[in-house]
Amino acid sequence: MKEKIQNIIENFGLPRIIIFLFLVLLFILTPFVGVRFDTSINDVIVRFGMNGILVLSLVPMVKSGCGLNFGLQLGIIAGLLGAVISIEMETIGFAGFFTAVGIAIFFAVVFGFLYGLLLNKTKGDEMVVATYVGFSSVSFMCIMWLMLPFKSPNMIWAYGGSGLRTTINTKGYWFHILTDFFQINIGSHIVFPTGTILFFALLTFLVWAFFRTKMGTAMTAVGSNTDYAKSCGVNVNKMRIISVVLSTVIAAIGIIVFEESFGFIQLYMAPLYMAFPAIAALLLGGASVGKASIKNVIIGAFLFQGILSMTPSVINNIIKSDMSEAIRIIVSNGMIVYALTRIMRVR
Amino acid sequence: MMKKQSLTKTMNPGVHFLINYAVPIIFTILIAFAIPLSGLSGEYFIRELMIRLSRDSFLILALLIPVMAGMGMNFGIVLGAMAGEIGLIFITDWRIIGLSGMLLAMLISTPIAILLGYFAGIVLNRAKGREMVTGFMLAFFMNGIYQLVVLYGMGNIIPISDSSILLPRGYGIRNAISLLGIRQVLDKLIPLEIGGILIPVASLLVIATLCVFIIWFRKTKLGQVIRTVGQDNDIARTLGIDVGRTRILSIVISTVLACYGQIIFLQNIGTMNTYNSHEQVGVFAIAALLVGGASVSKATIPNVFVGVILFHTMFVVSPRAGKELIGQAQLGEYFRIFVSYGVIAFSLALYAWRKRIEKENERKKAMAFKRGILVK
Repeated sequence: MKEKIQNIIENFGLPRIIIFLFLVLLFILTPFVGVRFDTSINDVIVRFGMNGILVLSLVPMVKSGCGLNFGLQLGIIAGLLGAVISIEMETIGFAGFFTAVGIAIFFAVVFGFLYGLLLNKTKGDEMVVATYVGFSSVSFMCIMWLMLPFKSPNMIWAYGGSGLRTTINTKGYWFHILTDFFQINIGSHIVFPTGTILFFALLTFLVWAFFRTKMGTAMTAVGSNTDYAKSCGVNVNKMRIISVVLSTVIAAIGIIVFEESFGFIQLYMAPLYMAFPAIAALLLGGASVGKASIKNVIIGAFLFQGILSMTPSVINNIIKSDMSEAIRIIVSNGMIVYALTRIMRVR
Repeated sequence: MMKKQSLTKTMNPGVHFLINYAVPIIFTILIAFAIPLSGLSGEYFIRELMIRLSRDSFLILALLIPVMAGMGMNFGIVLGAMAGEIGLIFITDWRIIGLSGMLLAMLISTPIAILLGYFAGIVLNRAKGREMVTGFMLAFFMNGIYQLVVLYGMGNIIPISDSSILLPRGYGIRNAISLLGIRQVLDKLIPLEIGGILIPVASLLVIATLCVFIIWFRKTKLGQVIRTVGQDNDIARTLGIDVGRTRILSIVISTVLACYGQIIFLQNIGTMNTYNSHEQVGVFAIAALLVGGASVSKATIPNVFVGVILFHTMFVVSPRAGKELIGQAQLGEYFRIFVSYGVIAFSLALYAWRKRIEKENERKKAMAFKRGILVK
């Protein structure tokens, strides 16, 4: 029995078990501290829909052996570009949303290709290079947001200033366009964001299906055994670039869905640390530096968003102070440190 | 030796030099354009540079020993900075001022820094080959623990008697603490003014002492051991060196030095942002060192000082240059953040790229060697 438990802990990882138990505890505590259980569930579902695609975007790069995508911000920037350009073009509703997605995909392909070339040159050190590529591109875009000639009065500073605002409202353009699509009310406190979840399901299915095609299999082979893949005649560098482009494109779509649900486009330094929560979520779902699956994405996004939305409400009610920020930092970054210290197969 | 051979084979020496020193060269050119644009006076400029030289050098010097041990840039110096800040919180609470206050802060924070450094060393040993990204994430993780201790533990579990540094709710330290009691005690310990510019003699002496210590340390037995580990883990192991322990030791030294560095840094500034002062310590120190011409595998004392001067000239100049050029100081602000991150990204990518080329060349050579044997 003892061995069995030890085995489970070994397989699942102690931090994951602790976090899982912590989440269960939070859910058990909800009725006792005066937090409604159904609103909590609703929060988790909404946040899951918002963030799920960003977590999903990490999968192709992990599969092809490029490691965790610490340069997720590149995709986010492509998404932001798509979003602000669609508003500049005054496109509204579904047309606006898909214009944003279309433009974002274009930028994401370009960025992803260049980013992929760089990561191929820096094989073995992808993660640390990616981190700083992400950071420097976010700060570079800060300059661009100030300088780019956007004209829409809904986006630029009202008086005297120039450049885009730090937050741009998507209301009147494509706010909640997916969320309100076939929205289902369950009881009085659960509003199920059908459109967002369906869109997430669609993308997840596409990624799942892609990894069952010939190219997807080749990509997985590159990640799990580079030499074997090479001897089978797979072009390793090309596969890696495709995976990076894929990751960047999905991240770009992911941030637009996030904004659609959240209601605001956040520019400037806001995307700086956005890679970490997504990575932490994937790891929490059972992925490692060299291995990730769709299952990890769904479980991880759910657990992580569960922690994020439950901690403030429950803990605040227990100790009357907001410790959620510190807990969030410890959980997400602790999870990443843990994953990085796991022994990984030698490349 | 390997490095030189493989690189000279593909490039001529001029290109080689350009690539090796790309970052300092680009920086010098940028500054050469930005200084006249900013319209700052020479005196103001030298005063600022003197302040920054005495304020930042110690922290950057703290990075050198892990580089020697082959662990790359120690993003974990943030941990040392946190330890130093905890010491400063205590002496502010106890109202111990002047040089004795500063020394006491160092004394209190030393064991904390050793402990944190030891922890960081163990973690980094488990992440061999990924030290930098792990150290970086570890700093973020520790920031959470720091917040938990300082924002919720202090005044609650850890006794704090001075309620003026606590938040109105009765526990947790305020966002900003005035360090008026120890403000510039070290800088002004030996007063000297040349042409209206204050020279912080004592601070510079401390920095010089650290430089001498590092030079001496390299020659000691421990220094040699660390360098051997840095060159090749396997050779070190066959020589009977405990590689893991040596790596931990080098991180502990770095963390303790960073802790002192942060105290020196904050005594110059005179106020402490309890929750932000340490956040950017690693990024700025590492960017400065890389600007000085260091790489992930090689960093020297001259790199530190060239780096401080170039990097901080950029810091002083860029907001003004941005304002004059576009009419927005904010632009210069973003520009210097971009430069800090960009420099690190560029240097790391260049290093990783070069490492890969070397590895490939080595493999090719080994293959050719094998083939030679087979033919015979």
